Amino acid sequence: MPKVVLKLGDNVSTDDIYPGRFMATVLPSETPQYAFADHASFNGLLNQRAIPPGSVVVAGNNFGCGSSREQAASCLKGHDLTVVARSFSRIFMQNAINLGLRIVVASIDASEGDELEWLDGRLHNVTRNKTHSLHSLPKARQSIIDAGGLVAYTRQKLLEKLSKQKNRSVRSGVTEESRL
Amino acid sequence: MAMTIAEKILARAAGLPSVAVGDVVEANVDLAMSHENAALVINQFVEVYRDTGVEPRVWDPSRIAIVLDHRVPAESSKTATNQKKIREFVHKQAIGKFHDIRGDVGGICHQVLPECGYVRPGYLVVGTDSHTTTHGALGALAFGIGATEMASVWTLGTLLNVEVPPTIKVVVHGEFPPGVYPKDLILHLIGLLSAEGANFKVIEFHGVTVRNMSTSGRLVLCNMAVEAGATAGIVPADKETIRYLIGHAGVSSHDIEVITPDPDAYYVQTIDIDVSKLPPQIACPHSVDNVIPIFSMEGRRVDQVVVGSCTNGRLEDLEVVARLVRGHKVARNVRLLVFPASWRIYRDALSKGYIGTIVEAGGVVMNPGCGCCLGVHQGALGNGEVALSTTNRNFKGRMGNPEAEVYLCSPAVAAASALTGVITDPRTGG
Ligand code: SF4
Repeated sequence: MPKVVLKLGDNVSTDDIYPGRFMATVLPSETPQYAFADHASFNGLLNQRAIPPGSVVVAGNNFGCGSSREQAASCLKGHDLTVVARSFSRIFMQNAINLGLRIVVASIDASEGDELEWLDGRLHNVTRNKTHSLHSLPKARQSIIDAGGLVAYTRQKLLEKLSKQKNRSVRSGVTEESRL
Repeated sequence: MAMTIAEKILARAAGLPSVAVGDVVEANVDLAMSHENAALVINQFVEVYRDTGVEPRVWDPSRIAIVLDHRVPAESSKTATNQKKIREFVHKQAIGKFHDIRGDVGGICHQVLPECGYVRPGYLVVGTDSHTTTHGALGALAFGIGATEMASVWTLGTLLNVEVPPTIKVVVHGEFPPGVYPKDLILHLIGLLSAEGANFKVIEFHGVTVRNMSTSGRLVLCNMAVEAGATAGIVPADKETIRYLIGHAGVSSHDIEVITPDPDAYYVQTIDIDVSKLPPQIACPHSVDNVIPIFSMEGRRVDQVVVGSCTNGRLEDLEVVARLVRGHKVARNVRLLVFPASWRIYRDALSKGYIGTIVEAGGVVMNPGCGCCLGVHQGALGNGEVALSTTNRNFKGRMGNPEAEVYLCSPAVAAASALTGVITDPRTGG
């Protein structure tokens, strides 16, 4: 059963999630080591692999405010964390969806150590025996989630575009080769 | 159907006669900006093309701008290697709007784009930087996106699945009292709205005070709109915009198309502000919406005063600082660090004597770029130190040390306080 491993307040900024001084590190394979770097003990646990995948970070309003740095989403994704917050800032929410980081919009009553259970459309806090309803993510982004992230979704669109162009040029009797 | 500016721009970018709040559209991008994080965009861009059998090619190299500004000159071999990777990519993809670390064309992206005339009214501008909102000062719809989203734009030239945001109308009246500036206005507004009061919304700025404001001031308003969570801030283009674009940014008049909102457009909220009695404002640690009038903070000790950034590193700002420090000395125990927003500003400030004045007073003028704003390059703070800064963020750790405090203010408050060593009202002290 997943546990709440970190409980935070409102307006957690991307400087807090992924401090600017590590921004020269960009690759999703390298960013996880700096997740919550200034929360030294939590960062230590993450890096010792003492936090099981699927663990939950709980926060208040406006999680991920500030900079557009995608490292803030990729570093959490690398540890397979789920973020439950009352609300998310726009860019962070989009980055999370684009990268496939699991984020959940819900106002939940929980403390560090609480055990949670995911039910259909709801979240059950087993420790407190309380069930919370979840808010849906923006409908505009559903097709990106369905495709498994924005890289896959864009690739799909690119291939559609290329095949359309090919069909057009075949129909008009011009092949890619003859144009070159 | 009556539309706001954001709606008009998105409708045009999507090739539709009109759009309404909540519509989901695919929008053509006019300008796509990145800085050092282009290194990550390149990575994701290559990922998109993986296994497609197609050579990665950006959709339109003339619409991509890349400006090296965050860590210039490179502070580490890692940054230098990222910058090298970017240069190679720029060369290979023939990206024209590239601003390397150079005294002729360099600077902070949010200053370089406007002053080079890359941004026009009615444009849809995206950037891999949250302060891309700045460019709304020229009547464009401009906002920040993540690196993967940018890789998608580089591939397709469009933003996929944009949801048309609602707009808040902010109407500003009154004349700024002496010593009070657009920075004080935007800090005040962020305090009113809170750090997420405009999340997923656009702010349109209206009113006589905004009409009479220079483009420099408007850039400050739109720059910090994101600190209230706004997707974008927009000032409707007008005579001043045209004056700036033609006179300052070298844009020809027939390349300018002014888009204004319809008079009966729908706004989710309207906020009226009168600046005629507004005192200088201070944003206290560790959140930008923690804004109070200066008198509650006067006398607070400061260790480092920072003037610069994409918010307040413009010529007008340096002029204010030079005027206040001329003939005086920066207080003992205070470091005054000044970093102009672009090399063009630096050269202008040099010829007007501002740089000399600031240096003679004891200030340190650093090279244009993001400098100490984000705590990765120069001007880090010691444990327990207090910085007073004209930048736009005071989050814990923002200037490189979570054990330090950052207060935000106008260049006038910064200069007056640099002379006294404590937070000082420029209207009375300094
Ligand atoms: S000056 Fe600061 S806020 Fe502006 S782009 Fe640079 S790091 Fe970002």
